[in-house]
Amino acid sequence: MSRTIPARRGRPSAALSPQRKISVSLRLKRIFRAWQLYVLLAPSLIYIAVFKYWPMYGVQIAFKNYSPAAGFTDSPWVGLTHFVRFVNSYQFGQVLGNTLWIAVLGLLVAFPIPIILALLVNQLQSERFKKFTQTVLYSPAFISTVVVVGIMFVVLSPRSGLLNNAIQLAGGEPIFFMGSAEWFRPIYVISDVWQNAGFSMIVYLAALAAIDPALHDAAKVDGASKLQRVRHIDLPGIMPVVTILFILAIGNLLNVGFEKALLMQTPLNLSSSEIIQTYVYHAGLQQAQFSYSAAIGLFNSILNLALLLFFNTVARRANQATLW
Amino acid sequence: MSLTTNPRTTGSPARAVIQHRPRQTLRDKYGDRVFNVTATAVLLLSILAVVYPLYFIVIASVSDPNAIYEGKVWLFPSGVTLEGYQRIFADSRIWNGLGNTLIYTVLGTVISVTTILCGAYALSRKDMPGRKILMLLFVITMFFDGGLITKYLVVRDLGMLNTVWAVVLPGAVGVWNLIIARSFFEHTIPNELREAAQMDGATDFKFFFKMVLPLSKPLIMLMVMVHVVAQWNSFFDALIFLNDDSKYPLQLVLRNILIQSDVSSTGTTGGDIQSYAAAQRIAELTKYAMIVVSSLPLMIALPFMQKHFTKGAMIGAVK
Repeated sequence: MSRTIPARRGRPSAALSPQRKISVSLRLKRIFRAWQLYVLLAPSLIYIAVFKYWPMYGVQIAFKNYSPAAGFTDSPWVGLTHFVRFVNSYQFGQVLGNTLWIAVLGLLVAFPIPIILALLVNQLQSERFKKFTQTVLYSPAFISTVVVVGIMFVVLSPRSGLLNNAIQLAGGEPIFFMGSAEWFRPIYVISDVWQNAGFSMIVYLAALAAIDPALHDAAKVDGASKLQRVRHIDLPGIMPVVTILFILAIGNLLNVGFEKALLMQTPLNLSSSEIIQTYVYHAGLQQAQFSYSAAIGLFNSILNLALLLFFNTVARRANQATLW
Repeated sequence: MSLTTNPRTTGSPARAVIQHRPRQTLRDKYGDRVFNVTATAVLLLSILAVVYPLYFIVIASVSDPNAIYEGKVWLFPSGVTLEGYQRIFADSRIWNGLGNTLIYTVLGTVISVTTILCGAYALSRKDMPGRKILMLLFVITMFFDGGLITKYLVVRDLGMLNTVWAVVLPGAVGVWNLIIARSFFEHTIPNELREAAQMDGATDFKFFFKMVLPLSKPLIMLMVMVHVVAQWNSFFDALIFLNDDSKYPLQLVLRNILIQSDVSSTGTTGGDIQSYAAAQRIAELTKYAMIVVSSLPLMIALPFMQKHFTKGAMIGAVK
């Protein structure tokens, strides 16, 4: 503004400072005028301050020897001791391996299935069958994790379970599914698909609904088959949503399913069911090794964040939709 | 995008208008038919895979436990008995847990929904100074958090251990829900409406409570349902923050009985092996009945809730 008035060019600071003052007071006035909005926001802000940022501040105990009397700030500093201890502990390889196994298996199997289901449901002719399929497939999402794991225990029970009855009927030997380490991962992933695929499908169905029907009509006129239309119209059409959900899934890769893993744990399957977060729970809350387990939790968070950043960058390089 | 339109469902009659199908050869029609049959078959199998285990649980819950042991229960209940249900309803832990769950669900839902609606509305206002930085503060917590241990220590330092607050507060505001609510407000409350209201002298409070909330019924329904379902089904916060049995919510009681195989309630008479085995079988029967009873309320409400959840998924997808 001041540039248009040549006379003032000699003393820019003097010319600008009253303006800046005005803008500061104007800003204050604007802030003051919006006070009611800040009051509305206050409960949420207090919430994240107390239950998100205070624990984040407390993460420093991962580098300290936490004592309840000294609190987060005054506990004595020990550097990377806890991390070194975790990396050198005999469980490290196993726990990390189990965590990655479940995460990757879950991503490879459980991520694509809802997409396939949505593409199929979307092509159904009958609206009523479409609705029915949707409702049935997503109903397990409303069953609690506790009950889903409870169902596993009764249905897979070696003495009276449905599956073992079927196996015995077919002449096989009953299998103690919940008590064997090698069955933990398949059961974990299959039950995940069983419970959540239908619910995840809905987001893709919403994205498919947003595709312009004219594209399908044009393709039909050109003689494209259904399969071709699914591949060349539907799939590219939902790709941005797929990418975003994929990145979000990566961002939660090492966090999801912790509760289920904990519930599915039995002393007999620990060698494949002990993941980083259940280990944190056992070491931290059951054995009260607060600093040590906070360090492991931090290790998990950082690993997770690194994965997220990595895949977001990959998506950007590939010119796909990204989170930011 | 407006919430109430679904181009696909309204679009199909429009497609039917196009009658002429040039260049559609016999081979193409055959290919489409194969596609349709395959799709229907895959979906029918998926439906069966979802429904059969649930159906089995229901028929097993009223069957004679011995018949289940012998593998005689497949499609129909055998030797109908309601003993499992009788035992559940006689179990004070279940009733107590149910009562606690009701309290936690109502209280938790009220707190969460109120906080989220107010906060999301403020964040949806583009004229609120500092909006971007404040939003960033929320988004950061989606990607990094302090972890289980420090959360536990904070709750302990607040003196909330073993209180209702430890169950309803630590997970009260989900940032994802906040974002969904914010984008709902951004898309459904026109700026002109606010400007007109402000001309007439309405304050932000007045506008929010008298205009915005009445216009946001679908969002409020969605938020209430999301939180009712989540709170009804949650057990983990109760597990780590509560240590008094009498405060346990239903899910934690279920966990102890279903998964930790706590048979004490089912009347183990002790002594000989035969009565122990009988008690075991009754315990199994009780488990089936318990799964049914605890899941039934949400399953009954499901058809009613479906519409709202589908809409919610759409707001999320459009984000």
